[in-house]
Order: sequence, then C-alpha cells, then structure tokens
Amino acid sequence: MALLVENISFSYSGKKALDDVSFRINPGDCTFLLGPNGAGKSTLFSLITRLYDYRQGKISLCGFDVKKQTTKALAKLGVVFQQPTLDLDLSVMQNLRYHTALQGMARKQAKQRIQEELERLNMYERRFEKIRQLNGGHRRRVEIARALLHRPSLLLLDEPTVGLDVPSRQAIVEHVHQLASEQGLAVLWASHLIDEIESSDQLVILDKGIVKAQGGVDTVQKATQTTSINDAFFQLTQAGLAK
Amino acid sequence: MNILHYWRAMWGIIGRELLRYLKQRERFISALVRPLIWLFVFAAGFRAALGIAIAPPYETYILYEVYITPGLAGMIQLFNGMQSSLSMVYDREMGSMRILLVSPLPRWFLLISKLLAGVAVSIFQVAVFLAIAWFYEIQATWYGYLWVIPALVLSGLMLGALGLLLSSFIKQLENFAGVMNFVIFPMFFMSSALYPLWKLKESSELLHTLARYNPFSQAVELIRFALYEQFNQEAFIFTLISFLVFILLAIIGYNPSKGMMKRKGRV
Repeated sequence: MALLVENISFSYSGKKALDDVSFRINPGDCTFLLGPNGAGKSTLFSLITRLYDYRQGKISLCGFDVKKQTTKALAKLGVVFQQPTLDLDLSVMQNLRYHTALQGMARKQAKQRIQEELERLNMYERRFEKIRQLNGGHRRRVEIARALLHRPSLLLLDEPTVGLDVPSRQAIVEHVHQLASEQGLAVLWASHLIDEIESSDQLVILDKGIVKAQGGVDTVQKATQTTSINDAFFQLTQAGLAK
Repeated sequence: MNILHYWRAMWGIIGRELLRYLKQRERFISALVRPLIWLFVFAAGFRAALGIAIAPPYETYILYEVYITPGLAGMIQLFNGMQSSLSMVYDREMGSMRILLVSPLPRWFLLISKLLAGVAVSIFQVAVFLAIAWFYEIQATWYGYLWVIPALVLSGLMLGALGLLLSSFIKQLENFAGVMNFVIFPMFFMSSALYPLWKLKESSELLHTLARYNPFSQAVELIRFALYEQFNQEAFIFTLISFLVFILLAIIGYNPSKGMMKRKGRV
C-alpha cells in the first residue's frame, strides 16, 4: 500500500477542517481528490507531508508512519505544490541539483536521473535556461520532473494544472497517467478540473472535511445514481465545478 | 539515512544560498554600500567629535574609523541574519520552504544547514568589506584576519539563529519591516559597535547595562578582539550561549507538533 490515511481529524483553533477522514491508495492507482474550496484538500496534503501535525488518526506512506518514521516516510514521497516552488533566478539544472542534494543522491546518479526525467518531459535541451525564461507549463514540467528524481512511490499533486493552457494541461495529465500505469507509481491528485479524470481513476470526494464518496469512477457514479462525475460531485457537495 | 546524505544535503543548501546571493547583485551591492557609507561618511564626520580613549584591545590611540570597523563587520552579519530570515519568510509565503521541509531529513538539521548557508554568505560579505577597508588603511595583521574567521562564524551563527527564531514567529512579509525596526536598530545602536560602552555609561547607566548585555555587543567585541589576535572569553561565552538559546527556540518554533506552526496551523 502506497498511502494509508486512517481516521484523520484536524482542527484550526477549534474549527474542524478534517473529520474522520480515511482512504488508501495502492501502487499504480491514480486517485483524484475532489472537493470545493475549503473542503480540506490542502490541509490533508499538509498533514501527509508533515508540514502540520495531527493528533488523531494515522497516516502511513509505504508502511512508514508519517509521525513516527518521518524521514523514512518522506523519502517515499514526491510532491508538486500548488504554489510554484522553483528558484526563478537559477537554471533548471541548478534547481534540480538542489533537490537531488536534499535527497542525498550522488552526483553521477543525480545527473543521470535529471537527464532521464527531463528527457521524458522534453525539457532536457532547456536545462541551462533560467526558470524565469520558461512559461508556466514548462515550469510545471520541471516541478514534476523534480518530484520524480528520487523515484518516489507516491506522487502528490496539489492542483498542478491551475492557470495552464489546454495543451500544457493535457500533456501533464497524460504524463502522470502514464507514470501510474507503466511504473506503478501511486498518485494523489487534488483537482478542480473534472476533464482531467480518466475512467480508470479512483476518486475521493471531500466536502467540509468529510469524505462523501470514494472508489472507482463507476462506483461513485452508481452510488449517486448519476451518469457523470460532474453530476455526482454536484450531488455530493451541492456545488458546481469548473468543467 | 547515512552521513553522506546529510553531507550532500548540507552542501546543497549552502550552495543554493551562495548561488542565489551571487545572482542577486543588488543584494550584494547594498550589503556592501551600507557599511561603507558608515565607514567613509559617518566615521569621517565623527572622527573629530568622538575621542576614543585607549582601551583593550587597543594599545594606542586609534582613529574612529578603526574603532567602528569591527562593529560594521557585525552590522553586516546582523543585516545578513535578518535578511536570511526575511528570505525564509518569503520562501514560506512563496512555497519553496516546503520543498526544504518535506525532504527526508530531520528538521533541526535542515534549519542548521540553512543557518550555515547564511553564515557563509555573511562571511563572504565581511571579507569583501575588510578588503576594501584594508585599502583605506584600516588594516589588521594577517594573523588577525585568520583569528577573525572563527569569531565571524560564531557571531554569524548567533545573529542568523536570531533571524531564524524571528522568522518562525512572523506570519507575513509585511510584519517583517516592524521587526527590522524593533530588532535591528535597537540592537545596533544599543551596542558597542559605534561607541565604547564607557561612553554610554557617561550618559545613562541604564543604556550602558542594556548595551553590555546586548548579544550584538558581545559579538562585536568578539570580532574586535579577534582582529587583534586576542580571545575575549566573556564575549565568546556570551555569544555562544545566546546562539544556543536562539537556535533551540527556533527549532522548537519550526517543530510542527510543538511550536508556532502548530499554534497558527501554517507553514
């Protein structure tokens, strides 16, 4: 099991942000975390990455307890945050080297991995360019490449396609699905955009900190007696999504 | 988790900070211009007004420029320490702090590496400043320049740790300007950087006491004595203890289950 979230509750100064949240992700699963603004998606991500601490429940990554075996758990994790996190004045290569150093990778291995990941995203030719010179879509590609350099078992994506044009979005959606199906990478993808979901994906629908539904696309549609994810989502959360 | 991993990560963090610093030319220049203005303009103007009596480590009458040089080296480190923490607040708002904090290393180690990175930058700045001062005929012996390196490491660590501690409390960049006013200016002016403590004592006993126990004064004295190949034990102990207290509080501040992160529910 790549990720196990069990009975997690979390409050900000008395106000509940997550209430008894449980779900699991298996290797090769691409799981979409859907929820309106304020549903608790970002809080959940912060708990999985141990940026926040939790008192109730348990989160484990590949069998490592995030709270007790933090460094072992984090070593299994690749993250793309919603906010851009690259140094604009440094080159693609320098940004990626920094990440490989944090992951403790040897120089030779780091070089090889950077080449592999950048080539896969057609960015290798641009490795000496400053991030500032890249457009939003290319910056995101670099961030995804970075998240994969240390071969994580779980990839967390927090609305990575926000603000990107359609071709850039499509490229990222295809790339991530390919990683899940070909390499057995587990993916947890927080999104607002339903067209990014494929029929084989798993869903976790979160609203006001509560898991309203989870399972495959078919399962959720059947449970809500709807024919589209959008309808199912609307029914469960009483709110619309951007189509 | 092995030692090599720690080693690589530490150099990765220091390397990134130095690279970023060298790319930000304005920061490099402004870090130099500030003390140079104090040295060339302020000190020149005050040369006549302030008589400096002979007091250790000086063995003879000295020019005011000579007196304030160690204080200005300290000022560079003070500003750098605050600037590093400003960049941490910025990193946190911009998200790149998250990349650091989710790497598979203990948080205390990441913070100390970040601190060392800031110290490396500050020592580079002080070296350039002292080189310019050398041409202005404010010269220490070569041994003095060697002695001052460990002193600068400790004072840089102490001031950097103070910055780190402040950054764990500051929620947004906007609040930082206030801290600059409430921390940098009182620390700098209420210290032995610009005037010897006995001068302050003539004006106010209270100010003298505050300045004496100001960690920045102690750091400046450590640097001053080191430039004259002397070890100021009191300054060393005081600076070391201040560093340990600040870094401990900063680590607690950045701990998700104990510190400010928990209270404010933010990173």
